[in-house]
Amino acid sequence: MKKYSVFAIAREAMRGHKGWEEQWSSPEPKKEYDVIIVGAGGHGLATAYYLATVHGVTNVAVLEKGWLGGGNTGRNTTIIRSNYLYDESAGIYDHALKLWDGLSQELNYNVMYSPRGVMMLAHNIHDIQVLKRHVHANRLNGIDNEWLTPEQAKEFCPPLNISRNARYPVMGASLQRRGGTARHDAVAWGYARGASARGVHIIQNCEVTGVKRAPNGAVTGVETTRGFIGARKVGVVAAGHSSVIMNMAGVRMPLESYPLQALVSEPVKPVVPCVVMSNTVHAYISQSDKGELVIGAGTDQYVSYSQTGGLHILQHTLDAICEMFPIFTRMKMLRSWGGIVDVTPDRSPILAKTPVPGLYVNCGWGTGGFKATPGSGHVFAHTIAKDDPHPINAPFTIERFRTGRLIDEAAAAAVAH
Amino acid sequence: MLLIRCPYCEEERPELEFRNAGEAHIARSPNIASESDDDFEKFFFIRSNPKGIIYERWRHMHGCARFFNAVRDTVSDRFLMTYKAGEPKPVKLPGAAK
Repeated sequence: MKKYSVFAIAREAMRGHKGWEEQWSSPEPKKEYDVIIVGAGGHGLATAYYLATVHGVTNVAVLEKGWLGGGNTGRNTTIIRSNYLYDESAGIYDHALKLWDGLSQELNYNVMYSPRGVMMLAHNIHDIQVLKRHVHANRLNGIDNEWLTPEQAKEFCPPLNISRNARYPVMGASLQRRGGTARHDAVAWGYARGASARGVHIIQNCEVTGVKRAPNGAVTGVETTRGFIGARKVGVVAAGHSSVIMNMAGVRMPLESYPLQALVSEPVKPVVPCVVMSNTVHAYISQSDKGELVIGAGTDQYVSYSQTGGLHILQHTLDAICEMFPIFTRMKMLRSWGGIVDVTPDRSPILAKTPVPGLYVNCGWGTGGFKATPGSGHVFAHTIAKDDPHPINAPFTIERFRTGRLIDEAAAAAVAH
Repeated sequence: MLLIRCPYCEEERPELEFRNAGEAHIARSPNIASESDDDFEKFFFIRSNPKGIIYERWRHMHGCARFFNAVRDTVSDRFLMTYKAGEPKPVKLPGAAK
């Protein structure tokens, strides 16, 4: 892997850019690997990268039915934050946030992590109580979060409407300054490049159609559209399709898959300097470096794998955006799209061993998995390599739905859905 | 937006009038307190989440307010049929490809 640097740019400029190499190779699948990762999204590629770099496991294949980073990694709104209520969540999301800081340097790939601040608005007394509780809980866990008055919120984000005459007036906000955004595609590409350079095989257009198990129940490999590929360890990181893959191994999951939509506006000059979220009116917005407003909507109410959603969901979100930012009422929207998110009953992810020996699962990130990409891959690689969870992901088992030891962020309102 | 046929009102109405109420034909045990942890997990948390034909409950919230069941393809979001609550799970599906 040739290092990217200002000298590389100068060198290539002198010789007509003929020396750039492919960022990752596309080898033919081998008959057998030590580890197979199902799903080449951010989480799957990060898992492969940390298996190679931290644990020295390089005989790894990442299988992807479509193209690399073409699922939810390329469809999310790129928001990064760690201001979750519970200790377990704070642990895993802040682990990720610490890895974001310095990820570009580690990968030698600009993931454009921009800690521009994530502001969450309070519109009523209940919101104030909930958000202040989050501020205090976060601080006890060593996570930065602070309370802003409406005037301070407007100072931090000038286009925000804090008029008392608004239908849902802004009564305050919490601000995590280390939160922000990153370039989602670059995260997948950077991890893919780093993993490929260390010998990981990234195999696109290779759909897993079955999971093979030995008579004793242990995993022996996967059937794919490109033939059988053997492995004694298989990690399922398939987002909305995780339950489909797990069913192939005979494991029924506490998951439901829903369409989640997002949209972007035409590009404009810098106007929104941070990320603004509101759970009460249900909208969140940031501005990409290209200038597009990136707006996240909610999930549809029914199980679907269609990667599209209802227009009324987008309309509901845009109503809220116009309420918060009257300046955008005549902004034109360019594109909208949907991704399929796998949601657990407690809205916390599952990163764990499964009842099937050799089968591991990293799923249930629901509507907010992008922010966790580095941390998720890091601890999941540990879980696979050691056949034992990392202390950070130890609480995120499948068994918690039997024992009742849930991580109930669903009721904690840090999650915007 | 989906168009959903309410089997009680006997007409197609826009999705905004309805609330999805999750997977259908999951029976609650009459002795819920004596359920084992395994059985309670299956009843309460585990879902089939199929890519394909799903049997699900809907409620005509802003119409007759009654619950009913529907059969839908989760890939195309096309409804195959709807039927009244309490009716048995249909064996034959009209126009089902698979």
